[in-house]
Amino acid sequence: MMEAAASARMEPPPDVAISVEGLSKSFSGHMVVDHLTMRVMRGQIYGFLGPNGSGKTTTIRMLCGLLTPDSGEGTCLGMNIRTEARKIRERVGYMTQRFSLYQDLSVRENLEFVARVYGVPQPEKAATAALERLGLAGRGKQLAGSLSGGWKQRLALGACILPSPDLLLLDEPTAGVDPKARREFWAQIHDLAADGLTVLVSTHYMDEAERCHEIAYIAYGKLLAQGTVANVIAASGLSTWTVEVTGVEGHAAGQLVSSLSRSLSARPGVDMVAPFGTQLHISGRDAVALEAAIASFRGDPRLVFRKDAPTLEDVFIDLMGRSKDDLR
Amino acid sequence: MSAPDHAHPHGPVAHALGVVRRISAMIVKEFIQLRRDRVTFATMIMIPLLQLILFGYAINTTPRHLPTAVFAHENNEISRAILAALRNTAFFAFVREVQSADEAEHLIRAGDVLFFVEIPAGFERSLRRGEKPQLLVAADATDPVGSANALAALSGVVGTALARERFVDAAGAAAFEIVQHRRYNPAGTSQLNIVPGLLGTILTMTMLIFTALSVTREIERGTMESLLSMPIHPVEIMLGKIVPYVAVGILQAVLILSAGMILFGVPVEGSPWMLAAATLLFITTNLSIGYTFSTLAQNQLQAVQMSFMFFLPSILLSGFMFPFSGMPLWAQWVGEVLPLTHFLRMVRGILLKGSDFADLRGDAAALFALMLVAMGIAVARFRQTLD
Repeated sequence: MMEAAASARMEPPPDVAISVEGLSKSFSGHMVVDHLTMRVMRGQIYGFLGPNGSGKTTTIRMLCGLLTPDSGEGTCLGMNIRTEARKIRERVGYMTQRFSLYQDLSVRENLEFVARVYGVPQPEKAATAALERLGLAGRGKQLAGSLSGGWKQRLALGACILPSPDLLLLDEPTAGVDPKARREFWAQIHDLAADGLTVLVSTHYMDEAERCHEIAYIAYGKLLAQGTVANVIAASGLSTWTVEVTGVEGHAAGQLVSSLSRSLSARPGVDMVAPFGTQLHISGRDAVALEAAIASFRGDPRLVFRKDAPTLEDVFIDLMGRSKDDLR
Repeated sequence: MSAPDHAHPHGPVAHALGVVRRISAMIVKEFIQLRRDRVTFATMIMIPLLQLILFGYAINTTPRHLPTAVFAHENNEISRAILAALRNTAFFAFVREVQSADEAEHLIRAGDVLFFVEIPAGFERSLRRGEKPQLLVAADATDPVGSANALAALSGVVGTALARERFVDAAGAAAFEIVQHRRYNPAGTSQLNIVPGLLGTILTMTMLIFTALSVTREIERGTMESLLSMPIHPVEIMLGKIVPYVAVGILQAVLILSAGMILFGVPVEGSPWMLAAATLLFITTNLSIGYTFSTLAQNQLQAVQMSFMFFLPSILLSGFMFPFSGMPLWAQWVGEVLPLTHFLRMVRGILLKGSDFADLRGDAAALFALMLVAMGIAVARFRQTLD
C-alpha cells in the first residue's frame, strides 16, 4: 500500500528532470543529507550551493545511483533513482569533483573509451568531433594527466557530454579554474541548456550562483532556500546597510573599519558585519532593530550610511548561521 | 537533446553486442594503460626470465662438491682409494685435512665443512683380516636435503672402490649395494622439477599482483567514481580487466617454457595442447583470485598484502618446495585449495610423465571450480555504489 502510494505520488510531469522527496543519507551515524526535497525542471541550469561538507556531493551521487539513499524517493529523468540506476546512468553525464578520467590515457583515448562504453556509433569519429568542439584538437595525443587544471576541466566536461546525455550533474566543476576558463565554461553550459540539456551544478562561488536559472542552498544536509536568485534574496527577509569610511586615508581607515565592525557586531539587531575594503556590510533580520543599532553611529561625519540590498553571500551566510543556531 | 537510438538497445542480439562492446572498451583501455606503464611491462617480461635463470641454476636439491674434512690415521693404498672414490662421486670436495676428531667437530660446528670422514688407525689391517672395520662419516644434517644424497651414495661407492682394489671380495661387496630407481628424472636433475614449479610460482605471483591492484588502483586514483557512473556492468569490468592479463600470462608461460627447454632441456612428454589448456586455466584462475582480492582490499597496499598471504602457502604447501604427500593431512587439505597444487601436478605430469587428460581431469576440475568460486566472490563483492 505504502509503495503504491509513494509511486503514485512520485509520478512526475514530463517537464521535470529531477524530483526527489525526503532524501536522506547518513554515514556512520552522521546525517549528511537530511530529508531533502527538490525539483529541477528540464532545460534549467540549477545551481546547488552550500559550504563544504554540506551534502552537495552526496546528493548528486544519490541522484545518479552511486549512493543508495537511506530513506526518501525520487526520479531522475522520470526513472526511479533506487531501482533504475543503470538506466539513469545511460542518460546522465556526471562530472566528479576530482578529475576522474584516466591520467595515463591520452585525451583522445579517454574520449574514445567513454564513447565505446556508452555505445556511441563510430567512437573514433565521435572523439575527433569532441576534440574539435572542445578546442582540444591539438592536444589529442597529450596524456590527460599532463593537462592544466582548466584543460582537465574542459576535457572532463567534454567526456560528460560526448554520449549526448539529457542531464548533466556537475560537482564543483570550476574549483581551481582561472576566471577566463570559468567564464568560457559557463558560456558553454548556457549553450547546452539552450539545446534542452538540464544542468545541475554545485559550486560555492556566489557569482556562479547568479548565472543559474534557479538555485538551492544546502547547509548541514538541509535545504535552506530554493528559487531564483531574486526570490531567495527577497525571501531571506534580511535588511542590509552599507557604511563607507570617507576622509580617512590608509592605515587609519583600516583601523576605523575594524573598530567599527567590532562595536557594531556587539549591538543587538546586528546579525552580520562584513568588511569590504573601506566599506562594511551590516545585515540584520529585523529591519527596525538594525536601524536602531546603527542610529548612534550615523552622526559620525567620517561615515556615510546607505540602505542597500543584501547580496546572495549575505543571505547564505545568514542562512548558515541560522541553521547552526537551530542545530544547537 | 533528443535521446539517441544507440543508448536504447533492444532484443538479445543488441544486448549481447552491447556487452561485447563494453568489455572490449575496457580491454583496449587496460592494454593502453599497461603499455604506458613501461616499468610494469618490462617487469612482466624480465621477471620470469630472470627468476627462471637465477633459480633454475641456483636451486639444486642434489648439491655437489660439498666441503669435507678428512682425518686419515694412516696413509696407504686403501685410504687413498677410499678418498679417490669419494672425490669421484663429485659429492665431496676435500677441503681440509685435520689431525684430530675435535678439530673436525669444530669445523662442522662452524659450518666450514658439511662432512667429516675419518679413516681409523689399522683400517687396512682390520679389513684384510675381515674384521669389518668402521669408517666414520659425520654429516651436518641441519639441511637434510643437502646431505641425504651424498650419504646415500657413500656406502655403495666405498664398497665398489674397495672391491676394485681387490682388498675385499667382490661378491661380498655386492651384498651391500643399494638399488636406487629415480624415475622420470634418472639423473636426479633438479631443474626438471624446478622449471615446471617455477612456471607455476612465477605465474601465481605476477598474475595475482596485476589484478589485485587493478580495482584498488581505480579507487585510489578516483577513476572508479567515473567508471561506476557509466552504464557498464561489474562483470563487464571484471572480464575487461582480466582478459589483457591472460595475454600477458600466456606470454610469460611461453617465455618460461622456451627458456626451460633451451637452457635446462626440460622435455614435453605429453600433449602441448593439454599443456596450453592447463596453463590457460591456471592463469585465469589466478587472475580471478587476484581480482577478488582487489574487490576486498581498501587500497593497493592491502591488495599486495593479501596476495602475499596467498602466495606464501602456495609456495610452501603446494608441493613446489616440499613433497606434497609428505605433509600432514590437514596441510594437504590446505594445499588442495591452492591452484598451484593442482597446476604443479598437471604440468609435471604433462612435461615429465606424458600424462593424458584422464590422469589430470581431477586437477583440471579443481582448478576450474576454484576459478568459478573466485569470480563469484569478486562479482558479489564488487561495490557497484560508493556506499
